[in-house]
Amino acid sequence: MSVFSFTATRTCCGVSLKIIRPSFNLLTNNVHSAINVVSINRRSGTCTRSNITNIRRVFSSQPHNPKVPEVATWEPVPDDRLPPPAQIPADLVDKLERLALVDFRTKQGLACLEKAIRFADQLHVVDTSGTEPMDSVLEDRALYLRGDAVMEGDCAEELLQLSKNTVEEYFVAPPGNIPLPKREERTAILKHSEL
Amino acid sequence: MAASSIAASELLHKMNKQISILYPKASCVIRRIGTTSSRCHSQPQHRAKSAPQQLVGVVGLEIHAQINSNTKLFSGSPVRFSSPPNSLVSFFDGSLPGTLPVLNRRCVEAAVMTGLALNCTINRKSVFDRKHYFYADLPAGYQITQQRRPIAIDGILTYSLLGGKRSEVIRKTVNIKQIQLEQDSGKSLHDDVRSQTLIDLNRAGVGLMELVMEPDMSCGEEAAAAVRELQLILQALGTCQGNMSEGQLRVDANVSVHRPGEPLGIRTEVKNINSIRFLARAIDYEIQRQIGVLQRGGTVQNETRAYDSKSGETIPMRDKEGLQDYRFMPEPNLPPLIVYEDNASLPTGFDACQAVVVQKIREGLPELPSVKRDRLVQTYGILPEHSFTLVNEDGLVDYFEAVLKATKKEPRKVIGWVTNELLGHLKQQDMSVSQSPVSAPALAELLDLQETGHISSSVAKQVFQEMWRSSGKTAQQIIQEQDLGLVSDTAQLHSICQKVVDSHPDEVRAFRNGNKKVLNKLMGLVQRETKGRTDPVLVRTILQEKTL
Repeated sequence: MSVFSFTATRTCCGVSLKIIRPSFNLLTNNVHSAINVVSINRRSGTCTRSNITNIRRVFSSQPHNPKVPEVATWEPVPDDRLPPPAQIPADLVDKLERLALVDFRTKQGLACLEKAIRFADQLHVVDTSGTEPMDSVLEDRALYLRGDAVMEGDCAEELLQLSKNTVEEYFVAPPGNIPLPKREERTAILKHSEL
Repeated sequence: MAASSIAASELLHKMNKQISILYPKASCVIRRIGTTSSRCHSQPQHRAKSAPQQLVGVVGLEIHAQINSNTKLFSGSPVRFSSPPNSLVSFFDGSLPGTLPVLNRRCVEAAVMTGLALNCTINRKSVFDRKHYFYADLPAGYQITQQRRPIAIDGILTYSLLGGKRSEVIRKTVNIKQIQLEQDSGKSLHDDVRSQTLIDLNRAGVGLMELVMEPDMSCGEEAAAAVRELQLILQALGTCQGNMSEGQLRVDANVSVHRPGEPLGIRTEVKNINSIRFLARAIDYEIQRQIGVLQRGGTVQNETRAYDSKSGETIPMRDKEGLQDYRFMPEPNLPPLIVYEDNASLPTGFDACQAVVVQKIREGLPELPSVKRDRLVQTYGILPEHSFTLVNEDGLVDYFEAVLKATKKEPRKVIGWVTNELLGHLKQQDMSVSQSPVSAPALAELLDLQETGHISSSVAKQVFQEMWRSSGKTAQQIIQEQDLGLVSDTAQLHSICQKVVDSHPDEVRAFRNGNKKVLNKLMGLVQRETKGRTDPVLVRTILQEKTL
């Protein structure tokens, strides 16, 4: 993560981080995988350039900032300089699905994940020796500290309106954490999936 | 509770028996800390059965202290206990999209102050991380915490406990690994009947200091004493109210057993402990349970267990699926937190009201409990045990000192009144010092009356009880109303003594024959006659005269 922020600033594509989010419409098979891909793409930058420019037009209300290049100025690292592509064993897919509470074990989902990892592999080439990893591009800014005075709260009504299910002034959630089905059960459930 | 202690003692008994068969001379007191150290550290565990050395407990603690602040850690909504559900929630606390954390300066200062009081190194730069897990009372799906670089590290807590044969004060220390700032979660109310969970986010986002204590303790009593000392420190600082039953101070214990000198055993984490008394019991139960498991040839599972205060047992909580992966990552919305050593180290042009300056906080540290105890012992010449009693009870030191200011009685004589009479009465009725019906000046007046010889010490205790019952009456009033003052009329005293001497010729004869102890009996009779309203020294002299 830290290594990535480093490259992000160095390679002048820090901006792309902000507009990556919408790229989830790359994958449109179901809502679950869409959520998942957001996190993948947030880490990896993005897959294609055209996609970036495309999105910028859609989401930017500002005219183009001349300081920001129209297209990425970096060259992709040739494949032979990269480590061999990562294999994603079924167990790992299983673990990731559990951690993120999403299903993505479709061919398409896996391909996207592999692509994202391949993109991130380029970071191995960056020489970071002697460079302290950064936490954030705002590191040199002072963290704003707020005085300890009550400014908000008392908006239960507004918040509860957002919930599908409420009882009195409580939000209602399913009981405890619903245990995920066991792997075998899930395989049965996903029998018709492409994996 | 009873059942478990019986089970534990049964276990102890069995083990003692076994050990005494194998090692007839070995004394086995499992709950004691093993002082005989590594005599056979080369023996691995498979010799557990022959137990060449006793298994001892190892205890580390993770403590969550709610920061005493007006507003939450990252939002301006109020912090309050028992308010209507979801009434103290901002959009940020409900993790609505687009909201951002804004750090509360008070929380940073509280953590720095606590760190200083616990002799920590304050990190000039600390950072925030996201810790991910899914639970309905954590709406964001992650908690903002300080995993990689917390605000304070490497501290030490000195605590004391009464122990040994003469119940002397034993001083111990526990290392504090770190203090980190983090968000509290909301609260879940489980409705099993309708199979749903009700979520109240009032607590979500309240600032916490998580204190991690190294496994330097060995039994429940030590852990309890350490937590009590920490509680007193936090309360003295005002950084946490420290009420365990309201969840302002929450303690999880990491417990394992091993033989001294050998690597630490597999640990369990005991949760759900909501009082200091239960903490000690839960830990001791868990140590015994683990020893039992090992003695039977089993292995301790690395698991989370909950303490059930009704049965006094720890029971396994639902298992986590394998190792938790919290997917820690730097919190992207908060740049590093910088604190400054002194005003001189502030960058030029830096807004002073934005800065957290360690030097300033250090100067503002109040008197800590340990310092207060030492001062009490040195200033007033009281016993260390008494200083513990005084400091342990909220407001009692102030009461004691207020009494001293108003009386001529020596501190060493006053202390008994405060720690026995007053505290005894308070405890009996479950009252706090501030609720005492007898005020400090009122007690001082009573003690002065005794000191100047107006009343005897036994009458003084009687008057105190009367003052307690009918609050508002002064000692003087009660003494007059009930005619409790010392019999000062010497003629009257003489005649009473004469009457006693005359009616007990046998005792008088015995005394004359050299049995000096008999005089005490005669004195007692005079006391009874006057309802304790006599000066014992005077009575003794008169009786001696009359029996000669």
